[in-house]
Amino acid sequence: MSNEQGAGRPVKPRVGLFVTCLVDLMRPTVGFAAVKLLEDAGCKVVVPAQTCCGQPAYNSGDRTTAADIARQTIAAFEGCDYVVAPSGSCGGMLIRHYPELFAGEPDMAIRAERFAAKTHELVSFLTDVLGVTRVAARFEGTVAYHDSCSGLRELEVKAQPRRLLKSVEGLTLVELDEAETCCGFGGMFAAKYGELSNAIVARKADDVRKSAAGTLIAGDLGCLLNMAGKLQREGSPVRVRHVAEVLAGMADGPAIGEPEIKP
Amino acid sequence: MNPRDAILQNLRRSLGVTGGEAPRRFEVERRLAEAPPGIVPARGQGDVATRVATFRAEAERAQASVAEIASLADVPAEVARYLRESNCAATLRMGDDARLAAMPWGDTALEILFGASDGHDLNAVAMAFAGIAETGTLALVSGADNPTTLNFLPDNAIVVLRREDVVADYEAAFARLRGRYGKGNAPRTLNFVTGPSRSADIEQTLLLGAHGPRRLHIVIAG
Amino acid sequence: MTVVATTPRFKGNVHDALTDARLQGALVHASNFAGRRALAAARLPEFEALRDSARAIKDHTLAHLDLYLEAYERKVVETGGHVHWAEDAEAARRIIVDLCKRRGAKTVTKGKSMISEEIGLNAALEAAGMAAVETDLGEYIIQLRGETPSHIIAPAIHVTKEDVEREFRKAHLDRPADRDLSQPEQLLAEARAELRAKFMAADVGVTGANFLVAETGTSIIVTNEGNGDLTQILPRVHIVIASIEKIVPTLEDAAQLLRVLARSATGQDASVYTTLSTGPRREGDKDGPSEYHVVILDNGRSAMLGGEFEDMLRCIRCGACMNHCPVYQAVGGHAYGWVYPGPMGAVLTPSLIGVAEGGQLPNASTFCGRCEAVCPVRIPLPKMMRHWREREFERALSPAAQRYGLRFWAFFAKRPTLYRFATGLFTRALHWAGRKKGRFASLPLAGGWTDYRDLAAPERATFQSQWRAKSGAVN
Repeated sequence: MSNEQGAGRPVKPRVGLFVTCLVDLMRPTVGFAAVKLLEDAGCKVVVPAQTCCGQPAYNSGDRTTAADIARQTIAAFEGCDYVVAPSGSCGGMLIRHYPELFAGEPDMAIRAERFAAKTHELVSFLTDVLGVTRVAARFEGTVAYHDSCSGLRELEVKAQPRRLLKSVEGLTLVELDEAETCCGFGGMFAAKYGELSNAIVARKADDVRKSAAGTLIAGDLGCLLNMAGKLQREGSPVRVRHVAEVLAGMADGPAIGEPEIKP
Repeated sequence: MNPRDAILQNLRRSLGVTGGEAPRRFEVERRLAEAPPGIVPARGQGDVATRVATFRAEAERAQASVAEIASLADVPAEVARYLRESNCAATLRMGDDARLAAMPWGDTALEILFGASDGHDLNAVAMAFAGIAETGTLALVSGADNPTTLNFLPDNAIVVLRREDVVADYEAAFARLRGRYGKGNAPRTLNFVTGPSRSADIEQTLLLGAHGPRRLHIVIAG
Repeated sequence: MTVVATTPRFKGNVHDALTDARLQGALVHASNFAGRRALAAARLPEFEALRDSARAIKDHTLAHLDLYLEAYERKVVETGGHVHWAEDAEAARRIIVDLCKRRGAKTVTKGKSMISEEIGLNAALEAAGMAAVETDLGEYIIQLRGETPSHIIAPAIHVTKEDVEREFRKAHLDRPADRDLSQPEQLLAEARAELRAKFMAADVGVTGANFLVAETGTSIIVTNEGNGDLTQILPRVHIVIASIEKIVPTLEDAAQLLRVLARSATGQDASVYTTLSTGPRREGDKDGPSEYHVVILDNGRSAMLGGEFEDMLRCIRCGACMNHCPVYQAVGGHAYGWVYPGPMGAVLTPSLIGVAEGGQLPNASTFCGRCEAVCPVRIPLPKMMRHWREREFERALSPAAQRYGLRFWAFFAKRPTLYRFATGLFTRALHWAGRKKGRFASLPLAGGWTDYRDLAAPERATFQSQWRAKSGAVN
């Protein structure tokens, strides 16, 4: 990995990994890939005890619970120079929405703002803060990148993952026609409005099929679980992975929804 | 309470005002008086030749046809040519505009009718109040000179636009309008027309000639 | 009678829409708007600055709405027009029906107006014995079909050309039965001829307004067909029906908004006809209406001012939000169950018919944010949908299963140690159950997901437990 040293940051910054509940539970590989990318870029990575960013409560109209969880998260990462999440959606919650939760509490609002200011989505942190321009990874195959909505529209993650993916040896990047169209996940939406969510992800699966991609990647595990689940239900051979796995050179294990490889 | 006062009272309750606050009244009066222009696109700006070129390109983009001729006296010949080459009937309706009346229509074989349209006219000609380069848009004002029905009922709408009347943008057209009608006043009808009538309501297929003219021909003169 | 909302049956509506092959075929055409808007925006370097300007104009106007309405009214009266104020839909219907009746109207032509849909004007006119004729081609088609619009600028987007042909054959009985109507051009020509006769026969024309200009007392309509113009210049009486938030201060302000309206709506730089009308026929005029009336409708809007849904009053009804909405694109507009579909409808509908009736709509969103990203007046639509969810949660209107599930989850999410322990166990169990296939084709309590998609099994133990094991639990 190569990077240009940015100004005004610690030589070996202490980065708190907000691993996200979905990665924690469903796909720890993404967490370890994030750790590797951060350590390769010269960071000291810590993982404070954590649960969830609070989005399920926030998006269900339960601000009180969302604020309680936000308080807990902000406190847990107090000692970190940066907070990094391998997700645009959770990153968006931490960065854009935490400050909105404390309108009536000036002290907490300031803390939430400070927390937001040091928090980043993983790939944009690597490129925009650490100045990483390429990664030392290999991946044989044709890959399409889906822009997950929150990362794209709340955090402007668009060019950064593509830039790093192009530096992966052996990887060919193709564009989906509708890369910026929602996959239909939407958190609780996917289960509450299953039929509707399915109709949306079916279009996404069509779009993926039309491309030449053998692997579909994105920066948010929620979207990835949704798209992988649909592609697999349809019998598609397309494999689905988180962008961090590919960038960290940790994409040799089973893809999302695939069984463990027997030794 | 009458509905008018009830609505205004509801509004004021929601806004937390009485309606009598002097600074609010001043702010509103000032805005109405000054009419600040906001963001005006650079696209339409330039000298007359540039404006006419932009106007023409934009109007053609909106599927209007455009002809440029040397003077108003050449209009009848151009209109006759256009109608002939478009296989249209040799009839033409127009209003009382003195500039149209002064043109040598007798040099053509066109049958000329005057006044508003009753819906049976195939062709009409009107003088534009202005042309707006920014979007290739014609500005037409109502009145006996150029009745509004002429812009909508005939199949073929022909509009004469003087070169000097091609302005950069909507703001410039409004400035001219205030020059003629006075600040705070407007003609009964001001039509901004950009290309011929169209609809995409059937399967998003764009078709020209929905209810208004099927064709719009703009003659830039002078 | 105002349109009866089927919004509470939203999920059923969605199912019907998704299993309607004809509708799904028609909706393909709705996907064309996004690309056209993007091209129009890219063609104008000032587009983003104009969006800011448009938002600022609307905010300024809303903050002074009482005064601008008074100024507007003064100018309308000064130019010989009449202003009528309607607090609700019923009052607006009564005013318009009375005006038409007192002038002995038999045929009333209509320009496309969403406010007219909101107040259910056509049914009221018909009930009073008058023929209400929609003249926008799309509106005409859905009127023949007995439907409401499924899109605010493309009302018949859910209809195929075969559907149109069928309706025309049923309605236009004076025409030869063996005529060819297989092409859109032929359908348009027939509608033009039919409606031309209606235009000439109309006694009253009713239009909406995209903007009302306080400076001059002017109403502005924007169309591509020219139907709105024929509606308002040919009959003896022109009635404008518009809601209070349509006011803008000056002609310059209207120009700012017009620049973002057409581009956001259809991707045109300018719509074909932007018409500014000020008062009735003047001395010497050879055409135009003898009477000019404006009906200003509140219908719940004044209560939205100053509250968390105030931003919604900036809406200029361009339809860009629905043109970019994955939910709208999947099911079309009728599934939303009332007058306004898409993201703007999801915010506005609960405001106008109540959250108990309309509450499904703000929940049926993935919060993908594309609506806000393209909104010409930058309305934070997802944020306002979330506000509705908060209102529902406060009033315990959200489904019980969802509230209990959330409470159960929150109990753990607020206790990190317990959470780690519980998720550790859960993850291991689920990993074990799914280890052979790596995913589940069905799972108890997860039917909303697994009815349609596989669900990946957890890879192995949680990240946090593995990390603690590796690092000796130092942090």
